[in-house]
Amino acid sequence: MHALVGENGAGKSTLMKILYGMQKPDEGTIAIDGEQVTFHHPGDAIARGVGMVHQHFMLADNLTVLENVVLGSEKLHGIGAKARAKILEISDSYGLGVRPDVLVEDLGVADRQRVEILKVLYRGARTLILDEPTAVLVPQEVDALFDNLRGLKAEGLTVIFISHKLGEVLSVADEITVIRRGTTVGSADPKTTTPKQLAELMVGSELPSPETRESTVTDIPMLTVEGLRLTAPDADGIERTVLDDIAFTIHKGEVLGLAGVEGNGQAELVEAVMGMRHPDAGVITLDGTDISQAPTRQRRENGIGYVPEDRHRHGLLLEAPLWENRILGHVTEKPNSKGALLDPNAARKDTERIVAEYDVRTPGIDVTAASLSGGNQQKLIVGREMSHHPKLLIAAHPTRGVDVGAQAQIWDQIREARREGLAVLLISADLDELIGLSDTLRVMYRGRLVADADPATITPEELGSAMTGAASGHLEHSTAAGGEDR
Amino acid sequence: MKKFAKIDKERLLLGLAAPVLALLAAFIVTSLVLLATGKQPFDAFQIMGSYGVKSDSQVYILNKATTYYLAGLAVAIGFRMNLFNIGVDGQYRLAAFVAAVVGGAVSLPSFLELPLIIIVAMLVGAAWAGLAGLLKVGRGVSEVIATIMLNSIATAIIGYLLQPGRLAHLDANTNSVHTTVLPKSGWFFTFTANPAAGPIEGFIVIAALAGVGYWFVLNRTRFGFDLRTVGQSESAAQASGVNVKRMVVTSMLISGAVAGLVGMPTLLNESHQYATDFPTGIGFTGIAIALLGRNHPAGIAVGALLWAFLDRTSNWLEFNGYDKEIVGVMQGVIVLSVVVAYELVRRYGLGRQQRRVGEELAAAAARKTTVKEEVTA
Repeated sequence: MHALVGENGAGKSTLMKILYGMQKPDEGTIAIDGEQVTFHHPGDAIARGVGMVHQHFMLADNLTVLENVVLGSEKLHGIGAKARAKILEISDSYGLGVRPDVLVEDLGVADRQRVEILKVLYRGARTLILDEPTAVLVPQEVDALFDNLRGLKAEGLTVIFISHKLGEVLSVADEITVIRRGTTVGSADPKTTTPKQLAELMVGSELPSPETRESTVTDIPMLTVEGLRLTAPDADGIERTVLDDIAFTIHKGEVLGLAGVEGNGQAELVEAVMGMRHPDAGVITLDGTDISQAPTRQRRENGIGYVPEDRHRHGLLLEAPLWENRILGHVTEKPNSKGALLDPNAARKDTERIVAEYDVRTPGIDVTAASLSGGNQQKLIVGREMSHHPKLLIAAHPTRGVDVGAQAQIWDQIREARREGLAVLLISADLDELIGLSDTLRVMYRGRLVADADPATITPEELGSAMTGAASGHLEHSTAAGGEDR
Repeated sequence: MKKFAKIDKERLLLGLAAPVLALLAAFIVTSLVLLATGKQPFDAFQIMGSYGVKSDSQVYILNKATTYYLAGLAVAIGFRMNLFNIGVDGQYRLAAFVAAVVGGAVSLPSFLELPLIIIVAMLVGAAWAGLAGLLKVGRGVSEVIATIMLNSIATAIIGYLLQPGRLAHLDANTNSVHTTVLPKSGWFFTFTANPAAGPIEGFIVIAALAGVGYWFVLNRTRFGFDLRTVGQSESAAQASGVNVKRMVVTSMLISGAVAGLVGMPTLLNESHQYATDFPTGIGFTGIAIALLGRNHPAGIAVGALLWAFLDRTSNWLEFNGYDKEIVGVMQGVIVLSVVVAYELVRRYGLGRQQRRVGEELAAAAARKTTVKEEVTA
């Protein structure tokens, strides 16, 4: 099992794409089993026994597991009993526990991932590439995944594993390759390397920690949400309650961390606070003003900064230059406009400032946002939102897909602003980040806030069990076993 | 700063590459078609070229291009929003018809009569397009379908009202049906540079102003930024605080208002009445021209002039024993090649820029490390 780690934009994904035949290398060779190969498209890679499990699952929700697995490779074992037998055989031999006749939409994230892995094995893969497989999983699920991967390894398969989470890499990999700026900078032996050393290899700097030291929480409420309810039609058009009686208060200088497995209503909550969705009931108060009916633009002008979960969909205009992206979301505010007219010169100048202050690595402000790496795009977004001195910052996965260096910087920015009285609603799948940065923790499960916890004492594992609905109420850390408060 | 200049120059080159490639492809395909029909392609091109630059041709081309330019702008406003306003055709015809009726019914001094006619036309065009906008945001009807339907409805309405005894008269001499002729105060000015070539229509000034206004609103105002944002990414626009639904209706209204101007050069400068022979189909030409001009006001002007040139020379080709349909083939091939070429160049440019950014960053990083190493050494 080989792990590949590196900063964002270091070229991990590009390397994976080349290995999987999605992109062609300019130079160099790839050898499988000692034999030199050239891939023109993913089909060639599959024929050579290379399979890829993408970060974003590529499954059809309305088909069963069996149908998803045979889709596209009907010729291998047909679509009937033979295919089913084969699936069960693979599932049993690697302990994947896949049930072939369940609809994919009824499966959880971890199960879907196992289906993806099975799909690849079904096509005869001997080398598996997993792109950030743990990004969407809670700690318990990560452990289960690693057990599966160890099973694959025991059967003689090769696993290539990409991750940002250094602790995981060290616990599961047999060999680690670190790449930086497109070249291999070193390899590490997981038995003798510490996460700190590995991080230093990656960025040449120390591993940052998200811990906040002194508390800056005041008793002045900045954002108050009461009785928020939202129903929305799901994929089948059935009205479902996605937010159920949500109530919380964030004070000035407080970071409220929201934990939860993705899809439990966090995204909807953020969009309701931003005014992008219209809740059925509830009152949202920002700094003493009722903004429940205010349009999104007014909320932004009133001081809500927004670092969206999906920066490509909600945070950037990918084909527009950086300076236009600096205007996005703040077109009515200085320095972007004067009255009804834009002020391109001032906006450009301010973009230069953001690029310099937030260390956005770019050759200029006229390049398109799409040509920056994910981490640099995120730095630009954080810089833009912070530049307008928000009262409340909504940060959804602020460091997702961001390298260690940029991560530390973004954490610093949040801490800095918090000291000056910023209130932060933090949503993250990275539990270390959540625990380290938050002053208060709440857990969201199926549209409800089911549990709260003290970040000073809680562990990721305890939080993880509440995220899967196994625990609720006030989570008390206890040194004895099974001490979770129900 | 040098770096920016380089990227900018490159962007300009890439911007020009697409139309040039497209025209070249069209040229080659047309030549092949001509060869297949047993004609010499270069003779045909020469006939077109020499006839197109004659002074009376030039005036004709300018006048025709005025109409085409406005149609291109009207379509381009929708395109910038990611809306496909196919209904420019119905909008301008209905607008010109109502404006002709209103203008013919009153007789005011010029400074009132002309604005009245033009404003009526813009309002009618806006209303007709606005219907499609409302249907889209209210009922989720695709604007493509709605505007096509509205084109047919416009045709039917005009057909019903443009009859003797309703809003039109039968001209006994020419046997044509037309609205009341506009009073002289409702005729737009013309200017004549060369008496032999004929007058240049004054509406070209309005068209140029519309082009400048289009550029200014889109690139220099908050409203224009919001509009472009919606066109590039609806989800990002919504998150940034744009009311997307209202923007859809607003931009359809503006597109329709500009479409209302399309019939004005003909009405105010040429025919002075709406008759059964009022030009049709210009809205569709506008789509081709907006595509060709890449929704840029200067590009649309070039596209409009090219189209007018091709129109002008098609008759002369026929006169010289060629099939005039060859120009239709040329126009069709140009539009197809433009769409393909833009997409190819766009992808190439984006990929190239990404690579370049990567290279420059790597080079910068390499410089930094060498400096560091020297320092430590």
